[in-house]
Amino acid sequence: MTASTLKMTSSEAKVKRRKMTPMERRRELLGLLFISPWLIGFLLWTIYPLGSSLYYSLTRYDLLRPATFIGLSNFQEIFGRDQVFRTVMGNTLYYVGLGGPLSVIAAFLLAFLLNMKIKARSVFRAIFFFPAIVPAVVIAMVWQFLLNTQYGAINSTLSALGLPVIRFLSDPKLAKPSIILINMWASGTAMVIFLATLQDVPREYYEAAIVDGANAWHKFWYITIPMCTPIILYNLVMALIWGFQDFTLPWLLTAGGPNQSTEFYAVHLYRNAFSFLRMGKACALAWILFIIIVVFTLILFRTSGKWVYYGGGED
Amino acid sequence: MSVFTYAEPQSRRKKTAFQRFQEFVKYAILLILGTSYLVPFYWMSSSALKNDAQVYTAPPVWVPIPTHWNNLWDAWKLYNFNLYLFNTLFKYAIPVTVGTVLSSAIVAYGFGRIRWRMRGLLFAVCLSTMMVPFQVTMVPLFIIFKHFGWINTYWPLIVPAFFGNPYFIFMLRQFFRSIPEELSDAARIDGASELDILFRVIMPLARPALTVVGLFAFMGAWNDFLGPYIYLNKPEQYTLAVGVEALRRTMNAIGNKQLAYPYLMAVSTIVTLPILIAFFFAQRTFIEGIALTGLKG
Repeated sequence: MTASTLKMTSSEAKVKRRKMTPMERRRELLGLLFISPWLIGFLLWTIYPLGSSLYYSLTRYDLLRPATFIGLSNFQEIFGRDQVFRTVMGNTLYYVGLGGPLSVIAAFLLAFLLNMKIKARSVFRAIFFFPAIVPAVVIAMVWQFLLNTQYGAINSTLSALGLPVIRFLSDPKLAKPSIILINMWASGTAMVIFLATLQDVPREYYEAAIVDGANAWHKFWYITIPMCTPIILYNLVMALIWGFQDFTLPWLLTAGGPNQSTEFYAVHLYRNAFSFLRMGKACALAWILFIIIVVFTLILFRTSGKWVYYGGGED
Repeated sequence: MSVFTYAEPQSRRKKTAFQRFQEFVKYAILLILGTSYLVPFYWMSSSALKNDAQVYTAPPVWVPIPTHWNNLWDAWKLYNFNLYLFNTLFKYAIPVTVGTVLSSAIVAYGFGRIRWRMRGLLFAVCLSTMMVPFQVTMVPLFIIFKHFGWINTYWPLIVPAFFGNPYFIFMLRQFFRSIPEELSDAARIDGASELDILFRVIMPLARPALTVVGLFAFMGAWNDFLGPYIYLNKPEQYTLAVGVEALRRTMNAIGNKQLAYPYLMAVSTIVTLPILIAFFFAQRTFIEGIALTGLKG
């Protein structure tokens, strides 16, 4: 989708490599003028911060005193002495590696269910989608109460029945799965995207399959899934990018605890920057995060050639 | 359309036992899932109407009788949420919405409806910035805004919105390109400038797309936690999202735990309500907007 747009426009640009007429120069200026808000913003809020954070990552800076250059010490601390970083990376990979695919699968199955012939589809669609647009703060408050060990709906039911309570957010083993579960509940955006894709799968494919004697499972496995692979890839990439950056929900639900079991990357970064005022180390962490995200995205795209099916080159 | 039932039109007349079983399973799954998706919201709004005795009890109270409707108003008033609402609307969400819609439309026009050499290259750069994680620029931007003296003001939250948002630029560009070029040409013959064409021809035609952008920008600000949390540290500047968190902090900190949960759930319910109402009236806009930005982004 984006790639084809780019290819088209860059070849379009190549055709016109000759001297510009005054008219063309005017258009060039006009175009630049129109996009200048973005261009200026890009330089101010993306390029300059990226550059300056590269510099700050080589300094010790607490906002109060001027930054002092300390070379690669921040990186040495992160990769060497800092035991916490290993825990953080482990937590984050667990969260992204398990939570990302699980929320994509949940979204896909919900979309599949909604795409069947059902009554009141728009009502169910609304119910499954709604959590995705509720403020994260509200989600955190509600789930924290709902999963509360003493007074939450689940545990007070269990204890009234004489069953042992489940320490969802206060057991280091359960905290990560609990947050992943909440994320699955709120994966409505991916679901809506899947639903739009499912509705675009041409009926003829299913008809042809039936003629060939396919059953429901064959249709699902050989038509529905392959037709959705580009969007599965898209949603996986999005889940990956968001997972590495997810801050609000873990921060408000568990604030890194219990026993650092939910100290995810973004939480750790925030803590270094705004609790410890270690801006230099935070910038180093941010750059490492950037590289990790780029590498993982590239890996995902690399493998995609093996499993993503791009239909007969439409648009 | 459906995978299971399509191309079996005879099923409409009489269903076999197996088909009836399939139907039953389908609706059972839907109902169980649907209910469990709603439980958190029901728990939130019903807990908002409880007193402490109804909260601190097992098994849980699902229908609080007597119902303490006054919690909603008491919690809201006690913690200055009127001010937080004012801040969220007039100092954050509305400026951000105006800025995002205007700047993204102007940039999208430059990328979509003016032919010029460098636009392909620059548009590619614009799209690629969507990949830069917020966390990466968060700290250096904080340092920059601190040098500007903008900490504890709304400027760091509002000003960047006036420089266009790549997602929305992309979405609007796609929409603008679908508008026939003849309309612009006719306006040009009448002597209209490009800016005239954008505001008088294109934008009125692109109202559905602009609505989606406005809605999403507004909701982004309404729901945003991290931005206000970083930049606004004075209680009188809090937005609703930060206010809810601050309420929890006060109730946890002091021995002031009376009605802590009902009040917290009450403000959470009220903060969610506008989103619910907007969603109720504009479900199609939401869903189609997401499918569009998601698919094409």
